[in-house]
Amino acid sequence: MNREEGIVLKRRYRVERLMKALVAFGTLLAFLVLLLVLVYALVQGVGALNPDFFLQDMRPPGERGGGLRQAIVGTLIVDSLGLLIALPFGLAAGILLAEYPDHPINPYLRLLSDTLNGMPAILFGLLAFVLVVKPMGGFSGLSGAFALGFLMIPILARSTEGVLSLVPKEIREAGLALGLPRWRVILSLVLPAARSGLITGTLLAFARAAGEAAPLLFTAFGNPFLELNPFKPMDTLPLRLFNFAISPYEDWHRQAWAAGLVLFALIALTSLLARWASRRF
Amino acid sequence: MVTEALDVHMESRRLVVRYGQRVGVGLGGGVTLPIYRHKITALIGPSGCGKTTFLRALNRMHDLTPIAKVDGEVLLDGENIYAPGVDPVLVRRRVGMVFQKPTAFPTLSIYDNVAAGLKLVGVRDKARLDEAVEKALRAAALWDEVKDRLRTPASSLSGGQQQRLTIARALAVGPEVLLMDEPTASLDPISTQAIEDLLLSLKDHVTIVIVTHNMQQAARISDFTAFFLNGEMVEFGPTENLFTKPKDPRTEAYITGRFG
Repeated sequence: MNREEGIVLKRRYRVERLMKALVAFGTLLAFLVLLLVLVYALVQGVGALNPDFFLQDMRPPGERGGGLRQAIVGTLIVDSLGLLIALPFGLAAGILLAEYPDHPINPYLRLLSDTLNGMPAILFGLLAFVLVVKPMGGFSGLSGAFALGFLMIPILARSTEGVLSLVPKEIREAGLALGLPRWRVILSLVLPAARSGLITGTLLAFARAAGEAAPLLFTAFGNPFLELNPFKPMDTLPLRLFNFAISPYEDWHRQAWAAGLVLFALIALTSLLARWASRRF
Repeated sequence: MVTEALDVHMESRRLVVRYGQRVGVGLGGGVTLPIYRHKITALIGPSGCGKTTFLRALNRMHDLTPIAKVDGEVLLDGENIYAPGVDPVLVRRRVGMVFQKPTAFPTLSIYDNVAAGLKLVGVRDKARLDEAVEKALRAAALWDEVKDRLRTPASSLSGGQQQRLTIARALAVGPEVLLMDEPTASLDPISTQAIEDLLLSLKDHVTIVIVTHNMQQAARISDFTAFFLNGEMVEFGPTENLFTKPKDPRTEAYITGRFG
C-alpha cells in the first residue's frame, strides 16, 4: 500500500467513525424522548396505580379511590371490534395489491391507501359519525369501533401487501404448476407462508388504534360507568385520559397519568407480542 | 431406437415469447419443436438463450407475468393450449413443472407437500391420499428416507431430498408431461445422480422436458436435444446425432466448448 492509499483509507475510517457516532446520537435522542415520557408518566401516575385502578370504575371528582376499569375494558372491546371490522377489508386490499399487481383498480387502491394512511385520525371519527352515529341515533362503542376500523384498514392493507411480497414467487409457481387455481394458491400456500408477518401486522394495527382518542370523541363518546353493550356509549383509555387531563381536579390528573402508563404498557405488550409472533410462527 | 415408433405428445409451432418489446425466445420464425411421448427431451444452451422461457410456455406459466406475451401454438395431444377458452389450470394439471430451486412448501409436512395438489383440489379420501403419496414418494426414490417421518416439516429435508420431494409432489397429481427447469443446478453430485436415475425410471410413464446448462447431463439422460442460442432454437435432433454430428456450426461450437 502506498502513502496516498494510506491517507485515503485513514480518511475513510475517520468518516466511518463520525457517521457511526452520528447515528448512535440520533438513536439515543429518539430513545431519550421515549424514556422521558415513560419516566414522567411513572413519576406522576404510579401513585394512582393499585388493584382498584383495574377493578373499579371511575369516581366523581373529590371522592377518593376508584379506578378506570370501564376505560380499560372499553378499550379492549372497541379496539377488538374495530379490528374485526378492518381485517377482511385490509387483508383483501393487501392481497389484491400484492397478488394481482396488474389489476386495473390497483393504482386507485394504492393512492387511496396512501391518502388514508396519512389522514388525520379525527376524520375517521367524523366519517363514523356520519355513517354510524347519525343513522343509529346516538353515540356507541360500535361507532367507535367503525372509526378505529377505518383507521386500521389502510395500515393492514399496507402491511399485508408488504409481507406477501416477501413470499418467494417460487411458492406461487410451484402451487400453480400443480394445477391449483390462483385463489387456492394464495389461500392455502401464500398466506400460510406469510402468517407470522400477517399476525405481526395485525397486532401493530391493533396497538396503533388502541392509542387513538380523536376518532372516538364523537363516536364512542366516553362513559363513566362500565358498559359492555357496544350499542351504548363506551369509555376508552385515550378518551378518559383526554377528559381527565383537561379537568381541573388533582385526583383526575393523577389518574390520567396512570391511564397513560397503562396505555403505554398495553401498546408495549402488543408490540412485544408481535415480535414474539414473528419469531414463533 | 430406430425401429421404435415415435409419438408426438406436445408440439410448439412458431412459438414466440416476448417480454414487452424484447423477444425472450422464438427469433428466426418462432420455435417449432416436437416433444415425443415418454422420451426425455433436453433443452440446452448458454444462460439467457431462452430455453427456460420456452419451457415455461409449455404449461402457460407466462400467464403470471403481466408483460409476457406468447404467440404461436403449443399443442398438447393435438390441441392448442393457448386457444381461447382453455383453462390454464387444467393444462397445468396435465403438464407439471419442477423448478430449479427446491421449493417445498415450508409450512406443510412432507406428507402434505406431496398431497397438496390433490388435497387442495378437494380430494378428502384418506386411503386414496395415502396411496398417492406413497406411490409418488416411491417413484421419486424418496420413500425409504422419509417413510418414518411423513408428518415432520418438509423444511427438515436436505436440498437433494427437497428436490425429490418436489418431483414427488408434481408426480402425485398424475401429470402426462413433466417440465423440469435445471432441476439439479443447486444440488451436489450424489443428489444429481439420484435425480438423473429417477428421470430415467420415470420416462416409462411420463414425457419429460428438461432444461439443463450441463451438456454432459443432456447427453447422459436425454433422447432428444434442442439447442438454443440468443433467443433462437438453432438445432433439434436425437441427442446422439446432435452431439456427434451437429448440423449447425453454432451447435458444434457450443458442444465443443468454444463458448458458453
